[in-house]
Amino acid sequence: MVLTEQDYQLIAEIQGGLPLSSHPYAEVGARIGLDEGEVIERIGLMQESGVIKRMGLVVRHHELGYKANAMVVWDVPDNELDAVGEALGEEPCITLCYQRPRRLPEWPYNLFTMIHGKERKRVLDTIESLSQLPEMEGISYKVLFSGRRFKQRGARYQ
Amino acid sequence: MNDLEKRLLNEYQKGFPLTPSPYADIATKLGTSEALVLQILSRLQELGVISRIGPVFKPKRVGVSTLVAMAVPEEQLEAVAEQINNYTEVNHNYEREDRYNLWFVVTASDKTHLQTVLAEMEHQTGYNLLNLPLEKQFHIDLGFPLWC
Repeated sequence: MVLTEQDYQLIAEIQGGLPLSSHPYAEVGARIGLDEGEVIERIGLMQESGVIKRMGLVVRHHELGYKANAMVVWDVPDNELDAVGEALGEEPCITLCYQRPRRLPEWPYNLFTMIHGKERKRVLDTIESLSQLPEMEGISYKVLFSGRRFKQRGARYQ
Repeated sequence: MNDLEKRLLNEYQKGFPLTPSPYADIATKLGTSEALVLQILSRLQELGVISRIGPVFKPKRVGVSTLVAMAVPEEQLEAVAEQINNYTEVNHNYEREDRYNLWFVVTASDKTHLQTVLAEMEHQTGYNLLNLPLEKQFHIDLGFPLWC
């Protein structure tokens, strides 16, 4: 889908969140000269074409009691990356699974996963069992628990 | 949290209704009133449990972004984190337990602007950064199951 100038205006209006009112789409549309039906149609098209991955409540794990949040990075041989990425991506408690570039010599890890949990011990147990998957044999990894949160908000595109 | 709040959080991280009165439609599904749904959502936003109700964009479709890591001496960490936070292009910024202890996401409208911001950050803080853009996504973000 090719985004129009008006789509970008719409994105700018909704990226910070929909208003909490009876007719949120009408309210958003009124600010940029679209009617309710047009707003719903354009958002629907953005969802169908994959520009928008999901629409809904964006929760903050930390405030929900999920305070043990680990980024686990794996050093996966390039020819095994797809198999490993797909295997890990299917694990229910992994919320993100991305390939990113190695930056040698400091950073040999090329697969990034996020695991959220309420207790550190349980997260470590989950990671330990993931590392026992047949696809993971011989793959080294590192666990980086999160500490202080200095900033968190949705991306803003200007 | 009560059952209604839990159901809202579990069932509406995706599939938020694209209908004229979405909150009323959610209320009907959950067997309650629109007023109560709005009241709960507003409270959860105030508490910070919900950061917003809206779209999550697919990376790389609108603008460009990258994950950045920095190794900062512990006693400098807060000051550097603050310098990084001052960039409007930064939307997440966390401490992590590693030599690379500062992790943040930088988002910009195009590549050139992104590179400019990264170079400026290195110059301003005096620390090198690891630029780790997304290359491939293996898991679609459908929200977070609260039973993990």
